Amino acid sequence: MAELHEQTLIELAAGLERGDFTSVEVTEALLARVEVHDQTLNAFVTVTGEQALAAARAADEARAAGNAGILNGLPLVHKDIFCTRDVLTTCGSRMLENFVSPYDATIVERLAAAGAVVLGKTNMDEFAMGSSNETSYFGPVKNPWHLECSPGGSSGGSAAAVAARMAPAATGTDTGGSIRQPAALTGTVGLKPTYGRVSRYGMIAFASSLDQAGVITRSSADAALLLGVMAGFDERDSTCIDHPVPDYTAALSQSLDGLRVGVVKQHFDEGLDEQTGAAVREALSVLEANGATLLEVDLPNIDLSVPTYYVVAPAECSSNLSRFDGVRFGHRAEDPEDLFDLYCRSRGEGFGAEVKRRIMTGTYALSAGYYDAYYLKAQQVRQLIADDFRQAFEKVDVIAGPTAPTPAFRLGDKTDDPITMYLNDIYTIGANLAGLPGISTPCGFVGGLPVGLHLVGPHWGEELLLRCAHNYEQLSTWHKACPGDFQ
Amino acid sequence: MSLDKEQVQQIAVLARLRLADDEFAETVDKLSRIVEFVDQLSQADTSGVVPMAHPLDVAQRLRADEVTETDDRNHVQENAPSTQDGLYLVPKVIE
Repeated sequence: MAELHEQTLIELAAGLERGDFTSVEVTEALLARVEVHDQTLNAFVTVTGEQALAAARAADEARAAGNAGILNGLPLVHKDIFCTRDVLTTCGSRMLENFVSPYDATIVERLAAAGAVVLGKTNMDEFAMGSSNETSYFGPVKNPWHLECSPGGSSGGSAAAVAARMAPAATGTDTGGSIRQPAALTGTVGLKPTYGRVSRYGMIAFASSLDQAGVITRSSADAALLLGVMAGFDERDSTCIDHPVPDYTAALSQSLDGLRVGVVKQHFDEGLDEQTGAAVREALSVLEANGATLLEVDLPNIDLSVPTYYVVAPAECSSNLSRFDGVRFGHRAEDPEDLFDLYCRSRGEGFGAEVKRRIMTGTYALSAGYYDAYYLKAQQVRQLIADDFRQAFEKVDVIAGPTAPTPAFRLGDKTDDPITMYLNDIYTIGANLAGLPGISTPCGFVGGLPVGLHLVGPHWGEELLLRCAHNYEQLSTWHKACPGDFQ
Repeated sequence: MSLDKEQVQQIAVLARLRLADDEFAETVDKLSRIVEFVDQLSQADTSGVVPMAHPLDVAQRLRADEVTETDDRNHVQENAPSTQDGLYLVPKVIE
């Protein structure tokens, strides 16, 4: 039997069902690994050991009583952007350093109701604004594949925890690539569903027309299992769409036969690391050799996706983050002179540099005299980009390419120039702008660091993505590779 | 277009952000670079394009205007920096 920490959710579920081990044993084994390895990795903000063991005991009792839920006794971790009742919820920020959520996010509730055991809350870029985890108030997360490298971001703690086998699965959020890029950089699977597929109630808002919750796992089959529990209508999130939830696991058994895979020329242009490109091309040829058809598709406006995003996302963040005022919750400055001073200093002290820059970019883009030139213009270009995708999906089922332009970069390498950092999400942002689902699955190594194959599907096309990624995983072993120091 | 110090100061006021002196110069520089970067949008021909209102082209859902929340004030206010008798305290606003 493989060691408990090496097993995927589906393997653990089978072992629990057979009685090979208990959830308490799995939970204890993983908590022990967290204790050893997280001193190095800094993937967790909070470890909820006692609550986890209590939940594991309850799950074991439920199983004995014949009441096991679909995730009964399976461990996972939550990105610290999801509100967890009576547990610290920081969003990686000094602003929420002491915030103990009075309620659970819908997905936290749904996963718990299915029997999941939560080991803790993972580190992240502050308010999910970053692509390297370096903007976290709690310090950067280290990449398990190379400790001097970033795990990507913003769901870097979730990705590192799954890659280092401290947890088999993690929740994440993706506004411009924040699930898929860290998954690519850590050799894990990252799924961002269609906009509105998963409830965002209790998920701290960054950019409300782009944000979506998803998962990071070590296989697409595990991602399918979790998505089935998380997806579905929630009246508490007005952006959550009432659309039937299919059996995602059933989609995995379909072959690649007849699948039309689109390849976008611009995704392989300059800016893409040569060896990363070679690994992705090799993955595409595997798909082709096993029944898929490759077709070139054009997204003529995709080059404008990053500047479009850096108007829309900051504009929405400047509005969303106005709730942090030092009055009702969050950081409050000492001895304010008056209310204006209270607001300005509480926010000035509570937010880090990148968050302040984005709030200010958004404030500028929305201010009188600039709204038409920036926000309105960006929403027009965004429509052009969405139209390009719509036309492409008339010809193909999924679009495939690299997830990120390079493998993991060194911590500190991109912190001086915000634009260099922003361009890390060049291949992932388009899906957020158009509300499309995307998945990243490991497709090779460059210099000992993992790289990802990125698949984007039409609205509600999660089954196509999971089917394609799962088939690829059956034809490769990249997703099984474990970083040497974390065997 | 690059931003000058006065513009950045004005944006900070609008955003209710106090910047420390040592972060101010860096903010001017980086905000300018971001604004220059997003200025490339002006090259796109968007004549006649309706700005996106929703990524899936659906209308915002509404619900009946009914009370659905229960009173959880005490629990919620445990996170407040300063309260009294169930109210949030702020510096004096009216002299």
